[in-house]
Amino acid sequence: MDASTSVETHHEPHEHDAAHEHHELGWWRKYIFSTDHKVIGIQYGLCGLVFLFFGFCLMMMMRWQLAYPGQAMPVIGKWLPYIFGADSMPDGKMTADFYNSLGAMHGTIMIFLGVVPLAFAAFGNFVVPLQIGAPDMTFPKVNAASFWAFAVGGVIMLVSFFVPGGAAKGGWTSYTPLAAFDDTGPGRNVVFNGQTLWLIGFIFLITSSLLGAVNFITTIIQLRAKGLTWMRLPFFVWAQFVTAFLLLLAFPPLEAAIIMQIMDRVAHTSFFLPAGLVVNGAPVSISGGGSPLLWQHLFWFLGHPEVYVLILPAFGIVAEILANNSRKPLWGYKSLVFSVLVIGFLSFIVWAHHMWLTGMGSAVSAFFQTTTLLISIPSVIILSAFFISLWGGSIRFTVPMLFATAFLPMFGIGGLTGIPLAFNSADLYLHDTYYIIAHFHYIVAPGTIFGLFAGVYYWFPKATGRKMNDFWGKVHFWPTLICMNVIFLPMFLQGMAGMHRRWYDGGQGWTVSNDHTIWGLTGFQWNHPISWAAWIMGLAQIPFIINFFWSIWRGEKVNDNPWEATTLEWTAPSPPPHGNFVHIPVAYRGPYEYSLPGSERDYTMQNEPVEPAERTRRKPPAEPVLV
Amino acid sequence: MEIPYTISTRPDTGLWNAKIGIWLFLASEVMLFGGLFSAYIFLRIDAAPGMWPHGLLNVPVGTMNTAILILSSVTVVLAWASLKMRRYRAYWWYMLATISCGVIFLTVKLAYEWPQKFEHFGAYIKPEALGKYEKYLGNERRVEKGLEPRIEITGHLHSQNSKEYEVALDPVNAEPDNPAMDRPHFFPLPVTDKIATIEKEDVLRATMFLPTHNTYFASYFTITGLHGMHVLGGVLVFIYMWLPVSKRLYQRNPEHLANRVEVSGLFWHFVDLVWIFVFPLFYLL
Repeated sequence: MDASTSVETHHEPHEHDAAHEHHELGWWRKYIFSTDHKVIGIQYGLCGLVFLFFGFCLMMMMRWQLAYPGQAMPVIGKWLPYIFGADSMPDGKMTADFYNSLGAMHGTIMIFLGVVPLAFAAFGNFVVPLQIGAPDMTFPKVNAASFWAFAVGGVIMLVSFFVPGGAAKGGWTSYTPLAAFDDTGPGRNVVFNGQTLWLIGFIFLITSSLLGAVNFITTIIQLRAKGLTWMRLPFFVWAQFVTAFLLLLAFPPLEAAIIMQIMDRVAHTSFFLPAGLVVNGAPVSISGGGSPLLWQHLFWFLGHPEVYVLILPAFGIVAEILANNSRKPLWGYKSLVFSVLVIGFLSFIVWAHHMWLTGMGSAVSAFFQTTTLLISIPSVIILSAFFISLWGGSIRFTVPMLFATAFLPMFGIGGLTGIPLAFNSADLYLHDTYYIIAHFHYIVAPGTIFGLFAGVYYWFPKATGRKMNDFWGKVHFWPTLICMNVIFLPMFLQGMAGMHRRWYDGGQGWTVSNDHTIWGLTGFQWNHPISWAAWIMGLAQIPFIINFFWSIWRGEKVNDNPWEATTLEWTAPSPPPHGNFVHIPVAYRGPYEYSLPGSERDYTMQNEPVEPAERTRRKPPAEPVLV
Repeated sequence: MEIPYTISTRPDTGLWNAKIGIWLFLASEVMLFGGLFSAYIFLRIDAAPGMWPHGLLNVPVGTMNTAILILSSVTVVLAWASLKMRRYRAYWWYMLATISCGVIFLTVKLAYEWPQKFEHFGAYIKPEALGKYEKYLGNERRVEKGLEPRIEITGHLHSQNSKEYEVALDPVNAEPDNPAMDRPHFFPLPVTDKIATIEKEDVLRATMFLPTHNTYFASYFTITGLHGMHVLGGVLVFIYMWLPVSKRLYQRNPEHLANRVEVSGLFWHFVDLVWIFVFPLFYLL
């Protein structure tokens, strides 16, 4: 039997030896068009990291314009016109349209091409089947299809930079009616223009996450190892399980909205366009009767659960690393699990808190204010449980642990500064200012991205059999932590002073009428330290990049369980072969059995059977039974 | 390496993998069409008086298509049951019936219903000119009776020049004061031979019944179009399962083919169910 047919029919009840099948696969099938969850996870991970860096580069360019508006960009300024077209950066000076493109694409790329692929698809794919003791995902081919749909979506998003008019400019939210008329008119192709390509790219990304979500949930339900009951699942698996449901159910309404916006742009319908619209001084020939609010509702119906898609996997990663490095069980495992489930549910009914300014009416606002405040309760439970988990532990400050512990206060700042935004009276003032930017970046940048870095350092030995260098990890961590705070803390001040988030001149014009200073600097002048911190943080990623690639081939070789962890993925060889486990694991205990009293080591793995002696140590003597 | 529970059930969940997968996929599809249907509700509630048309679709044809889809849902269950009883011949015929129903549905939709709409013309009259066309609109009587005003004249576009449209009127505009025209008809009434002349300067907007015509047709074409793509997808999958390639699977492992028919049948029922919502929303209400 040749290689291709053996893969096609491997689910058939054949008698051949399944274990050595993968040796027959060619290089392309093994590393590129693979159906192995680990390879797909790594593909997602590398793509996600590249997109994260690309999205960050877009932002570093914007930070120049914000700090030094209208000035030619030094060094790279004269090269950029050759890349993005002469219209975007004439003489190295950024145009307003190009600035808007960068802003819209920074958001889109960071969220949908960077964090989601990395947090959900990469870690989920690589770690979840290993943690539940499964040989692979339930639908390996669907899994590969998910990655390739993502790749096509990513390519379409990148291509959109190079069509006439450049990439989408309507913000990552693409509010109509503005977005419906962006990139239309003379010189713009009906399909190959920034905004339409953005919409089409999204359809592929949504398809990708749909396929991924179906696969994850089915895998977690069906392929748990023997003995791995629901309450023995590592918290990371729970977090991915809930995340998958969010993606499964929240994305399709956005897909519906995207289909309608494509119809508005290509077939000239009026789903989101009210009657009597005047564009560039001329009335447009449309039927009208549509509703701009409808887009916002459908967008934020995804948009809010999406926030939890970004943060829940990071919670999961941080939970694993905290338990492992504090050498004690995660505090309040059950409350963590129920909190994450409650967050999953509530995240579907808070979306309109992004829309306080639209005049939805006080009854609707009151409802969404209430649910928004309710959702802070499970979030606080999770964060508190994490803090309490550290209490009395013998903490090992490994590199993953540094990132995981830094996550806690950073996410805390992001979360607590969100509470004023939950009240519509406070939000009326803060809406669309830099305060909002600071708030949600504290959650996703030093929050989620620190969680992701922690995860990369933590599971790197499982994927490669080698450890990333500790020293360079710390060189990566400390400047990144400091720069993150120099970037985002002043934005709270700028926002409270009234700076609008979408100003192309960084607030220079506004400073003329508002020269009020904060700690000696005007709102506009604060852009200088922020921008310099952003560029220094860019440099601080170089140790990570070098460390990452160097360690793949030259890193210190380690055993299968270098962190002395307890969950099932550490029972597999590093890197795990096709099919993952040498012996199918059986789980006998919960996921975080660290420092078990009476045990020789300070960790007991999930696949270690419970000894009779241990059973008596763990349980109080039974009550005498009266016959 | 084998993935467990692709064909047999996992004891504690009682399910095989694809069955969970398809239900999750359908949950996602519910949200997709749910998004579109909520858009329909939003747009309909927001529509200005007279902007949301009634009775423009062909109800008997829609009813027939509904019956065809329901029939196909029955035949696909029979196909599955035949496989479970290991009667491949019967399976083959029931599958053929299912595929035919899908093809008939699509043909009716694409070759008859949609083109009919593309040939139908409607002109929205400017508010200030409504009085001028009172004989086609009958608004005095409608206001008296508390009915929604008419602001559109529909029919077949006979001819047009730079100044005016000549329209062969629909009965509703030919006899606007006839009480029988207050409600849509089950059997569509043919276009009359009464010709109305409408001056272009009185017209707010006039097009064929295309997605651009109003938000009603925009939703109609978008939702039935997406539904049609689902029907097409289902038909293609069924054709694959009906072709000899699947017979080979049947000979190797009949239960595997039965499972495949079961999950695609579930999808087919869902597509049918969506139509059960589409039909009243657009044809009847």
